[in-house]
Amino acid sequence: MAPAVELRGVAKEFAARGRHVVAVESIDLAVAHNEFAAILGPSGCGKSTLLNMVAGFERPTRGQVLVEGEPVQAPHPGRAVVFQEAALFPWYTVLDNIAFGPRTRGTPAAQYRPRIDTLLDVMGLRGFERHYPAELSGGMKQRVGLARVLIMEPAVLLMDEPFGSLDAQTRSVMQELLLTVWERRQQTVLFITHDIEEALLLADTVSVMTARPGRIKTRIAVDLPRPRSLEVTTSPRFNDLKRRLLALVREDTFNPGADHAPRAR
Amino acid sequence: MTVRRLAWALALPIALFVLWDLAVRQRWVVEGIIPAPAQVAAAWYTWIFGTATTSLSPYSGTWLANVAHSTRRVIEGFLLAAALGIPLGVFIGWNRAVARAVDPSIQMLRPIPITAWLPFAIAVFGIYDASARFLIGLGAFYPIVVNTTHGVRDTNLLLLRAARMLGAGPAAVLFKVVFRSALPSIFTGLRLGIGVAWTAVIVAEMIAVKSGLGYVLWDAYYVGRMDICVATMFSVGLLGFLSDQVILRASRVALRWRALEAHG
Repeated sequence: MAPAVELRGVAKEFAARGRHVVAVESIDLAVAHNEFAAILGPSGCGKSTLLNMVAGFERPTRGQVLVEGEPVQAPHPGRAVVFQEAALFPWYTVLDNIAFGPRTRGTPAAQYRPRIDTLLDVMGLRGFERHYPAELSGGMKQRVGLARVLIMEPAVLLMDEPFGSLDAQTRSVMQELLLTVWERRQQTVLFITHDIEEALLLADTVSVMTARPGRIKTRIAVDLPRPRSLEVTTSPRFNDLKRRLLALVREDTFNPGADHAPRAR
Repeated sequence: MTVRRLAWALALPIALFVLWDLAVRQRWVVEGIIPAPAQVAAAWYTWIFGTATTSLSPYSGTWLANVAHSTRRVIEGFLLAAALGIPLGVFIGWNRAVARAVDPSIQMLRPIPITAWLPFAIAVFGIYDASARFLIGLGAFYPIVVNTTHGVRDTNLLLLRAARMLGAGPAAVLFKVVFRSALPSIFTGLRLGIGVAWTAVIVAEMIAVKSGLGYVLWDAYYVGRMDICVATMFSVGLLGFLSDQVILRASRVALRWRALEAHG
């Protein structure tokens, strides 16, 4: 069986302010079915570019991006994305934001209403159905952002630093929420982050990226038992893994020249 | 509005009225040219409520009919401008090929003031409503199309991506995201457009048709009825203000989500 997500020799180059920029280079990555794969890297290493190519927002300059063995051509609800900024439609209520996908695809209301009901409960959004995004906190917005893609039952869930702009407290709550949701219904996740602890807490594997041009340097398996909760972050095994990842990331941060690369988002 | 704010809002107009009245009474201005406020009010009253038997004024009781003429022309021209300007603005903003083909022409025609179109309009459409409709529609069209284009181009890339990954096709992206996102700009265009429409209706009625407030304004000037002229100016100002309020209220309903944003 083909991996759920596979990148073969993928490179992405573009021109920024007249300069030729290599965002990512010779990326090889395979994510198995139902694997929670984290991509860990410093800002500007092209990890968002990588996710955008899997989502179908951007095309690779070289190489192939395959999902279920098929080359990615365009965005598709089977590869749903949770963005760093929730990117909710500000003119729709919470309910209408969650229903956006099914409605746009012409799914009958009788089919998606029960799923919305379940999601409202699971995501703790009950009572906020008629609120507009402007009335929600950052954490609540991200719950809606997650709910509106989960309702599409995507084969692959793509998450681009989804909790990166939340405060520490809210971030922990959201991480535990995601753990609960994922451990209940396992599915393939590609999770972009620059937070080592977040990667270890959530993922089955962590792929470490180098600074620009972004390459995948190492991939380590996170053999922490599931179901996990925030307590796992205090275990000795967690700290061993954290030390290893810290060393890997640090090598790169001190690499002279890495900081001078222009950052593109 | 609180009493205090109302007092502040009314202070300047009251002062201006007092100054106006003083200027006429004290003969700071040439006598007989500028009517006093009371004179304007009396003329306006007769213009609205007078009947042919109670007054010898030819304007007596014709206010409402003229207001109706002008308002109808404004609404017709404005709706025409919106019906053409909004879709065209969406296409220009959305499609680079359309923008390249159409936008330069609009930008070149836009600096021609609608007053300069008057002879052309009369030559083509004659002294009929069509002339007025053309001038009003043209005047209101520019701000509507330009602001719509601007709003569409400003659509957040992230929202477009969000819609696409949720399975939205081109039509859904256009109607559920691009149009909704451009709506605040479109309303700005509509408010500017209705303002231009009132300017255009006065100009058009002065020359291109034989009824409405613009016609009365020019006619009253010719026969030396400055009191009617001033009453007409106030009437147009009032109608312009009211029509702007209608659009503003509509925008507040349509953009409810945005009001919350400002307070959040």
